[in-house]
Amino acid sequence: MLDHYIEDEKDKVEVTVPVIGKSAGVLSFNDLKTGGYIKQRQKDKFTVRCMVPGGRLPIKKMKKIAEVAEKYGADYVHISIRQSVEIPYVDYHNFDKVAAELSEADQKVASCGPRVRVPTACSGCEYNPNGLSDTQGLTKLVNDKFFGAECNHKFKTSFSGCPIDCARTSEMDLAFQGAVFPEWEEEKCTGCRICASACQEDAIHDHPETGEPIFYQDKCLYCADCIRACPTEAWVSGKTGHIVRIGGKHGRHPFKGSVVAKFVSDQDVPAIIEKTVEWYNKHGVGKGRIRIGTLLREEGMMQSYMEQMKDVFKDKAVKDPKPPLEINIQE
Amino acid sequence: MSDIKVDAVLDITNEVCPMTFVKTKLKLETMEPGQHLEVVLCDGEPLRNVPRSLKEEGHKIVGTKKEGNRFHLIVEKGM
Repeated sequence: MLDHYIEDEKDKVEVTVPVIGKSAGVLSFNDLKTGGYIKQRQKDKFTVRCMVPGGRLPIKKMKKIAEVAEKYGADYVHISIRQSVEIPYVDYHNFDKVAAELSEADQKVASCGPRVRVPTACSGCEYNPNGLSDTQGLTKLVNDKFFGAECNHKFKTSFSGCPIDCARTSEMDLAFQGAVFPEWEEEKCTGCRICASACQEDAIHDHPETGEPIFYQDKCLYCADCIRACPTEAWVSGKTGHIVRIGGKHGRHPFKGSVVAKFVSDQDVPAIIEKTVEWYNKHGVGKGRIRIGTLLREEGMMQSYMEQMKDVFKDKAVKDPKPPLEINIQE
Repeated sequence: MSDIKVDAVLDITNEVCPMTFVKTKLKLETMEPGQHLEVVLCDGEPLRNVPRSLKEEGHKIVGTKKEGNRFHLIVEKGM
Protein backbone atom coordinates (compact mmCIF):
# COMPACT_ATOMS: atom_id res chain seq x y z
CA MET A 1 0.00 0.00 0.00
CA LEU A 2 1.26 3.41 -0.92
CA ASP A 3 0.74 6.17 1.59
CA HIS A 4 1.89 9.74 1.87
CA TYR A 5 3.33 12.22 4.32
CA ILE A 6 0.64 13.38 6.69
CA GLU A 7 1.83 16.94 6.13
CA ASP A 8 2.72 18.54 2.84
CA GLU A 9 6.46 18.66 2.14
CA LYS A 10 6.33 22.44 1.96
CA ASP A 11 5.03 22.67 5.50
CA LYS A 12 7.07 24.52 8.08
CA VAL A 13 7.69 24.04 11.75
CA GLU A 14 9.30 26.28 14.33
CA VAL A 15 12.52 24.84 15.68
CA THR A 16 14.85 26.18 18.33
CA VAL A 17 18.04 24.71 16.90
CA PRO A 18 20.10 26.09 13.99
CA VAL A 19 20.58 23.75 11.02
CA ILE A 20 23.25 24.02 8.34
CA GLY A 21 23.13 27.50 6.79
CA LYS A 22 19.96 28.49 8.70
CA SER A 23 19.40 29.92 12.15
CA ALA A 24 16.74 28.62 14.50
CA GLY A 25 13.20 29.74 13.69
CA VAL A 26 10.45 28.76 11.32
CA LEU A 27 12.02 26.30 8.88
CA SER A 28 10.58 24.31 6.03
CA PHE A 29 10.86 20.54 5.92
CA ASN A 30 13.32 20.93 3.06
CA ASP A 31 15.55 23.24 5.12
CA LEU A 32 15.46 20.74 7.92
CA LYS A 33 16.25 17.85 5.60
CA THR A 34 19.22 19.82 4.33
CA GLY A 35 20.41 20.07 7.91
CA GLY A 36 20.13 16.36 8.57
CA TYR A 37 16.65 16.36 10.14
CA ILE A 38 14.58 14.28 7.75
CA LYS A 39 10.77 14.31 7.84
CA GLN A 40 9.14 10.93 8.45
CA ARG A 41 5.69 9.76 7.41
CA GLN A 42 4.53 10.13 10.99
CA LYS A 43 3.25 13.53 12.16
CA ASP A 44 5.91 15.67 13.89
CA LYS A 45 8.49 12.87 13.66
CA PHE A 46 11.88 13.26 12.07
CA THR A 47 14.96 11.10 11.55
CA VAL A 48 18.14 12.71 12.83
CA ARG A 49 21.17 11.79 10.76
CA CYS A 50 24.37 11.63 12.79
CA MET A 51 27.64 12.27 11.01
CA VAL A 52 29.97 9.23 11.03
CA PRO A 53 32.81 10.05 8.59
CA GLY A 54 34.18 6.92 6.97
CA GLY A 55 32.05 4.74 9.22
CA ARG A 56 34.40 5.22 12.15
CA LEU A 57 32.35 5.79 15.28
CA PRO A 58 34.25 6.35 18.54
CA ILE A 59 32.72 4.43 21.46
CA LYS A 60 32.12 7.68 23.33
CA LYS A 61 29.92 8.98 20.50
CA MET A 62 28.25 5.61 20.02
CA LYS A 63 27.20 5.57 23.68
CA LYS A 64 25.88 9.11 23.45
CA ILE A 65 23.88 8.31 20.31
CA ALA A 66 22.41 5.28 22.09
CA GLU A 67 21.50 7.40 25.10
CA VAL A 68 19.85 10.09 22.95
CA ALA A 69 18.02 7.56 20.79
CA GLU A 70 16.64 5.80 23.82
CA LYS A 71 15.47 9.08 25.31
CA TYR A 72 14.04 10.84 22.24
CA GLY A 73 13.75 8.21 19.50
CA ALA A 74 12.66 4.63 19.13
CA ASP A 75 14.28 1.39 20.30
CA TYR A 76 16.70 1.19 17.40
CA VAL A 77 18.96 3.26 15.18
CA HIS A 78 19.39 2.83 11.45
CA ILE A 79 22.80 2.50 9.78
CA SER A 80 22.46 4.36 6.50
CA ILE A 81 23.95 3.13 3.25
CA ARG A 82 26.49 5.97 3.59
CA GLN A 83 27.65 4.88 7.04
CA SER A 84 25.71 7.49 9.01
CA VAL A 85 23.83 6.48 12.14
CA GLU A 86 20.24 7.71 11.96
CA ILE A 87 17.95 8.18 14.96
CA PRO A 88 14.34 7.79 13.81
CA TYR A 89 11.16 8.97 15.53
CA VAL A 90 12.50 12.19 17.02
CA ASP A 91 9.77 14.79 17.67
CA TYR A 92 10.82 18.17 16.26
CA HIS A 93 10.05 19.81 19.60
CA ASN A 94 13.09 17.96 20.94
CA PHE A 95 15.60 19.00 18.26
CA ASP A 96 17.40 21.44 20.52
CA LYS A 97 17.80 18.87 23.29
CA VAL A 98 18.92 16.18 20.84
CA ALA A 99 21.52 18.48 19.24
CA ALA A 100 22.76 19.73 22.61
CA GLU A 101 23.06 16.27 24.12
CA LEU A 102 24.78 14.84 21.04
CA SER A 103 27.27 17.72 21.11
CA GLU A 104 28.29 16.71 24.65
CA ALA A 105 30.16 13.88 22.91
CA ASP A 106 31.08 16.15 19.97
CA GLN A 107 28.63 14.19 17.80
CA LYS A 108 27.48 16.31 14.88
CA VAL A 109 24.32 16.08 12.80
CA ALA A 110 25.08 15.37 9.13
CA SER A 111 23.47 16.90 6.07
CA CYS A 112 21.38 16.19 3.04
CA GLY A 113 20.70 18.26 -0.07
CA PRO A 114 22.93 19.88 -2.71
CA ARG A 115 26.32 19.92 -1.03
CA VAL A 116 29.49 17.99 -0.32
CA ARG A 117 28.43 15.05 1.83
CA VAL A 118 30.24 13.20 4.58
CA PRO A 119 32.82 10.94 2.89
CA THR A 120 32.48 7.17 3.16
CA ALA A 121 35.49 4.90 3.44
CA CYS A 122 36.81 1.44 4.19
CA SER A 123 38.98 0.87 7.25
CA GLY A 124 42.14 1.61 5.26
CA CYS A 125 45.78 0.72 5.72
CA GLU A 126 45.89 1.16 9.51
CA TYR A 127 44.83 -2.44 10.16
CA ASN A 128 43.23 -3.86 7.02
CA PRO A 129 45.73 -6.30 5.45
CA ASN A 130 44.78 -5.20 1.92
CA GLY A 131 44.81 -1.47 2.67
CA LEU A 132 47.24 0.65 0.67
CA SER A 133 46.14 4.15 1.66
CA ASP A 134 45.13 5.99 4.83
CA THR A 135 41.46 6.24 3.91
CA GLN A 136 40.41 7.16 7.44
CA GLY A 137 42.93 10.00 7.77
CA LEU A 138 41.87 11.42 4.41
CA THR A 139 38.19 11.07 5.25
CA LYS A 140 38.67 13.15 8.36
CA LEU A 141 40.69 15.77 6.51
CA VAL A 142 38.16 16.05 3.67
CA ASN A 143 35.18 16.11 6.00
CA ASP A 144 36.70 18.85 8.17
CA LYS A 145 37.57 20.95 5.14
CA PHE A 146 34.70 20.38 2.71
CA PHE A 147 31.64 19.05 4.54
CA GLY A 148 28.57 21.10 3.65
CA ALA A 149 30.18 23.08 0.79
CA GLU A 150 27.34 24.04 -1.54
CA CYS A 151 27.06 22.51 -5.00
CA ASN A 152 24.49 22.20 -7.79
CA HIS A 153 23.37 18.87 -6.46
CA LYS A 154 24.58 16.25 -4.01
CA PHE A 155 28.31 15.60 -4.15
CA LYS A 156 29.44 12.28 -2.76
CA THR A 157 33.02 11.31 -2.09
CA SER A 158 34.60 8.09 -0.88
CA PHE A 159 37.95 6.51 -0.16
CA SER A 160 38.86 2.89 -0.89
CA GLY A 161 42.18 1.56 0.32
CA CYS A 162 42.75 -0.91 -2.53
CA PRO A 163 41.37 -2.05 -5.91
CA ILE A 164 38.80 -4.33 -4.23
CA ASP A 165 37.04 -0.97 -3.88
CA CYS A 166 34.70 -1.67 -0.96
CA ALA A 167 33.90 2.06 -0.81
CA ARG A 168 32.58 1.89 -4.40
CA THR A 169 34.71 4.71 -5.81
CA SER A 170 33.30 4.12 -9.30
CA GLU A 171 29.82 5.12 -8.04
CA MET A 172 30.80 8.44 -6.42
CA ASP A 173 30.80 11.98 -7.77
CA LEU A 174 34.51 12.11 -6.91
CA ALA A 175 36.48 9.38 -5.18
CA PHE A 176 39.93 8.05 -4.48
CA GLN A 177 41.24 4.49 -4.48
CA GLY A 178 44.62 3.48 -3.01
CA ALA A 179 47.20 2.04 -5.41
CA VAL A 180 50.84 0.98 -5.33
CA PHE A 181 53.07 0.58 -8.36
CA PRO A 182 55.23 -2.54 -7.91
CA GLU A 183 58.93 -2.33 -8.70
CA TRP A 184 61.16 -5.33 -9.16
CA GLU A 185 64.77 -5.49 -7.96
CA GLU A 186 66.59 -8.14 -9.95
CA GLU A 187 69.43 -8.77 -7.49
CA LYS A 188 67.04 -9.80 -4.71
CA CYS A 189 64.99 -12.16 -6.88
CA THR A 190 65.53 -15.91 -6.48
CA GLY A 191 63.19 -16.85 -9.34
CA CYS A 192 60.81 -18.69 -6.98
CA ARG A 193 57.75 -17.94 -9.15
CA ILE A 194 55.54 -17.10 -6.16
CA CYS A 195 54.66 -13.61 -7.48
CA ALA A 196 53.46 -14.99 -10.80
CA SER A 197 51.14 -17.36 -8.96
CA ALA A 198 50.03 -14.77 -6.43
CA CYS A 199 49.02 -12.21 -9.08
CA GLN A 200 45.28 -12.43 -9.71
CA GLU A 201 45.36 -10.32 -12.86
CA ASP A 202 47.81 -12.36 -14.95
CA ALA A 203 50.05 -9.29 -14.93
CA ILE A 204 53.12 -11.31 -13.92
CA HIS A 205 54.35 -14.32 -15.87
CA ASP A 206 57.34 -16.38 -14.77
CA HIS A 207 60.23 -16.89 -17.14
CA PRO A 208 60.20 -20.58 -18.16
CA GLU A 209 63.88 -21.07 -17.34
CA THR A 210 64.90 -18.52 -14.70
CA GLY A 211 61.53 -18.17 -12.93
CA GLU A 212 62.03 -14.42 -12.90
CA PRO A 213 58.92 -12.29 -13.33
CA ILE A 214 57.84 -10.72 -16.61
CA PHE A 215 55.61 -7.76 -15.76
CA TYR A 216 52.67 -6.68 -17.94
CA GLN A 217 51.83 -3.23 -16.64
CA ASP A 218 48.65 -2.87 -18.71
CA LYS A 219 47.05 -5.67 -16.70
CA CYS A 220 48.25 -4.50 -13.27
CA LEU A 221 45.64 -3.14 -10.84
CA TYR A 222 48.32 -1.92 -8.41
CA CYS A 223 47.04 -4.08 -5.52
CA ALA A 224 50.50 -5.02 -4.14
CA ASP A 225 49.77 -8.76 -3.87
CA CYS A 226 53.15 -9.41 -5.50
CA ILE A 227 54.95 -7.21 -2.97
CA ARG A 228 53.26 -8.95 -0.06
CA ALA A 229 53.83 -12.46 -1.41
CA CYS A 230 57.50 -12.07 -2.36
CA PRO A 231 59.67 -13.96 0.17
CA THR A 232 62.82 -11.96 -0.58
CA GLU A 233 61.55 -8.37 -0.92
CA ALA A 234 62.46 -8.35 -4.61
CA TRP A 235 59.10 -6.66 -5.31
CA VAL A 236 58.95 -3.30 -3.53
CA SER A 237 56.59 -0.33 -3.45
CA GLY A 238 57.29 2.19 -6.18
CA LYS A 239 55.07 5.22 -6.52
CA THR A 240 52.02 5.07 -4.28
CA GLY A 241 48.89 7.16 -4.26
CA HIS A 242 45.31 7.20 -5.46
CA ILE A 243 43.38 6.39 -8.59
CA VAL A 244 40.89 9.26 -9.06
CA ARG A 245 37.37 8.52 -10.34
CA ILE A 246 34.79 11.13 -11.25
CA GLY A 247 31.17 11.35 -12.31
CA GLY A 248 29.79 8.12 -10.90
CA LYS A 249 26.43 7.89 -9.21
CA HIS A 250 23.80 5.39 -8.24
CA GLY A 251 20.04 5.85 -8.30
CA ARG A 252 17.57 4.89 -10.99
CA HIS A 253 20.06 5.59 -13.75
CA PRO A 254 23.54 4.93 -12.40
CA PHE A 255 26.79 6.11 -13.98
CA LYS A 256 30.13 4.39 -13.77
CA GLY A 257 32.73 7.02 -12.88
CA SER A 258 35.72 7.68 -15.13
CA VAL A 259 39.37 7.33 -14.11
CA VAL A 260 40.90 10.78 -14.63
CA ALA A 261 44.22 10.52 -12.79
CA LYS A 262 46.53 7.86 -11.39
CA PHE A 263 48.86 7.94 -8.38
CA VAL A 264 47.93 11.37 -7.06
CA SER A 265 49.33 11.91 -3.58
CA ASP A 266 47.50 12.46 -0.29
CA GLN A 267 48.60 16.11 -0.48
CA ASP A 268 46.92 16.48 -3.89
CA VAL A 269 43.51 15.37 -2.58
CA PRO A 270 42.22 18.67 -1.09
CA ALA A 271 43.19 20.66 -4.20
CA ILE A 272 41.52 18.08 -6.45
CA ILE A 273 38.25 18.36 -4.52
CA GLU A 274 38.42 22.15 -4.40
CA LYS A 275 39.13 22.56 -8.12
CA THR A 276 36.50 19.95 -9.05
CA VAL A 277 33.76 21.60 -6.99
CA GLU A 278 34.77 24.98 -8.48
CA TRP A 279 34.44 23.58 -12.02
CA TYR A 280 31.17 21.83 -11.14
CA ASN A 281 29.55 24.95 -9.71
CA LYS A 282 30.73 27.12 -12.59
CA HIS A 283 29.54 24.84 -15.38
CA GLY A 284 26.34 23.73 -13.68
CA VAL A 285 24.95 27.26 -13.40
CA GLY A 286 21.42 27.54 -14.76
CA LYS A 287 21.10 23.79 -15.20
CA GLY A 288 19.16 23.12 -12.01
CA ARG A 289 19.96 20.11 -9.92
CA ILE A 290 22.53 18.43 -12.11
CA ARG A 291 25.04 15.83 -10.96
CA ILE A 292 28.64 16.25 -12.06
CA GLY A 293 28.45 12.97 -14.01
CA THR A 294 25.54 14.28 -16.10
CA LEU A 295 27.47 17.47 -16.75
CA LEU A 296 30.59 15.57 -17.79
CA ARG A 297 28.58 13.59 -20.33
CA GLU A 298 27.73 16.77 -22.22
CA GLU A 299 29.74 17.53 -25.37
CA GLY A 300 33.24 18.85 -24.63
CA MET A 301 32.81 18.84 -20.88
CA MET A 302 35.36 16.11 -20.15
CA GLN A 303 37.99 18.17 -21.98
CA SER A 304 36.92 21.29 -20.10
CA TYR A 305 37.25 19.46 -16.79
CA MET A 306 40.69 18.05 -17.64
CA GLU A 307 41.81 21.54 -18.67
CA GLN A 308 40.68 22.89 -15.29
CA MET A 309 42.54 20.10 -13.48
CA LYS A 310 45.80 20.09 -15.45
CA ASP A 311 47.76 22.10 -12.86
CA VAL A 312 46.65 19.75 -10.09
CA PHE A 313 46.84 16.40 -11.91
CA LYS A 314 50.04 17.36 -13.81
CA ASP A 315 51.72 14.20 -15.19
CA LYS A 316 49.28 12.04 -13.24
CA ALA A 317 46.38 12.95 -15.54
CA VAL A 318 44.92 10.19 -17.69
CA LYS A 319 45.10 11.06 -21.38
CA ASP A 320 41.69 11.65 -23.04
CA PRO A 321 39.50 10.03 -20.38
CA LYS A 322 36.06 8.82 -21.45
CA PRO A 323 32.93 10.45 -19.98
CA PRO A 324 31.08 8.59 -17.20
CA LEU A 325 29.18 5.61 -18.56
CA GLU A 326 25.46 5.17 -18.07
CA ILE A 327 24.54 1.75 -16.68
CA ASN A 328 21.06 0.36 -17.26
CA ILE A 329 19.86 -1.49 -14.17
CA GLN A 330 16.20 -1.46 -15.17
CA GLU A 331 16.29 -4.43 -17.52
CA MET B 1 66.68 -25.19 -1.02
CA SER B 2 68.12 -28.67 -0.76
CA ASP B 3 70.96 -27.60 1.53
CA ILE B 4 68.63 -26.51 4.35
CA LYS B 5 67.86 -29.14 6.98
CA VAL B 6 64.11 -29.34 7.43
CA ASP B 7 62.85 -30.05 10.95
CA ALA B 8 59.22 -30.69 10.07
CA VAL B 9 56.92 -30.87 7.04
CA LEU B 10 53.33 -29.58 6.91
CA ASP B 11 50.97 -30.25 4.02
CA ILE B 12 48.14 -27.69 3.82
CA THR B 13 47.07 -28.49 0.27
CA ASN B 14 43.69 -29.74 1.52
CA GLU B 15 42.99 -26.67 3.68
CA VAL B 16 41.17 -23.46 2.81
CA CYS B 17 41.65 -19.93 4.15
CA PRO B 18 41.93 -19.15 7.05
CA MET B 19 42.87 -22.70 8.11
CA THR B 20 45.88 -22.65 5.78
CA PHE B 21 47.64 -20.10 7.93
CA VAL B 22 46.11 -21.25 11.22
CA LYS B 23 47.59 -24.74 10.75
CA THR B 24 50.94 -23.27 9.73
CA LYS B 25 50.95 -21.01 12.76
CA LEU B 26 50.02 -23.84 15.13
CA LYS B 27 52.79 -26.01 13.72
CA LEU B 28 55.33 -23.21 14.09
CA GLU B 29 54.26 -22.73 17.70
CA THR B 30 55.48 -26.22 18.49
CA MET B 31 58.91 -25.40 17.05
CA GLU B 32 61.94 -23.41 18.25
CA PRO B 33 63.16 -20.14 16.71
CA GLY B 34 65.65 -20.85 13.96
CA GLN B 35 64.14 -24.26 13.13
CA HIS B 36 62.85 -24.91 9.62
CA LEU B 37 59.37 -25.96 8.57
CA GLU B 38 58.58 -27.09 5.05
CA VAL B 39 55.06 -26.01 4.09
CA VAL B 40 53.40 -27.57 1.05
CA LEU B 41 50.59 -25.42 -0.30
CA CYS B 42 48.51 -24.85 -3.42
CA ASP B 43 48.70 -22.13 -5.95
CA GLY B 44 46.24 -19.21 -5.81
CA GLU B 45 44.63 -17.96 -2.61
CA PRO B 46 46.88 -19.87 -0.13
CA LEU B 47 49.93 -18.56 -1.94
CA ARG B 48 48.68 -14.97 -1.70
CA ASN B 49 47.98 -15.20 2.00
CA VAL B 50 50.36 -17.64 3.68
CA PRO B 51 53.70 -16.05 2.66
CA ARG B 52 52.32 -12.58 3.47
CA SER B 53 51.12 -13.67 6.93
CA LEU B 54 54.38 -15.48 7.67
CA LYS B 55 56.35 -12.33 6.88
CA GLU B 56 54.00 -10.19 8.97
CA GLU B 57 54.52 -12.47 11.97
CA GLY B 58 58.28 -12.25 11.75
CA HIS B 59 59.12 -15.58 10.13
CA LYS B 60 61.44 -15.88 7.16
CA ILE B 61 60.92 -17.77 3.93
CA VAL B 62 64.39 -19.06 3.16
CA GLY B 63 63.61 -21.41 0.31
CA THR B 64 60.94 -22.13 -2.27
CA LYS B 65 60.26 -24.78 -4.85
CA LYS B 66 57.46 -25.05 -7.38
CA GLU B 67 56.07 -28.46 -8.32
CA GLY B 68 53.18 -28.24 -10.77
CA ASN B 69 50.50 -26.22 -9.04
CA ARG B 70 52.05 -26.79 -5.60
CA PHE B 71 54.67 -24.79 -3.82
CA HIS B 72 57.06 -25.88 -1.09
CA LEU B 73 58.13 -23.08 1.26
CA ILE B 74 60.99 -23.51 3.74
CA VAL B 75 60.09 -21.30 6.68
CA GLU B 76 62.59 -20.32 9.34
CA LYS B 77 60.78 -19.68 12.59
CA GLY B 78 61.28 -16.14 13.89
CA MET B 79 61.93 -15.09 17.48
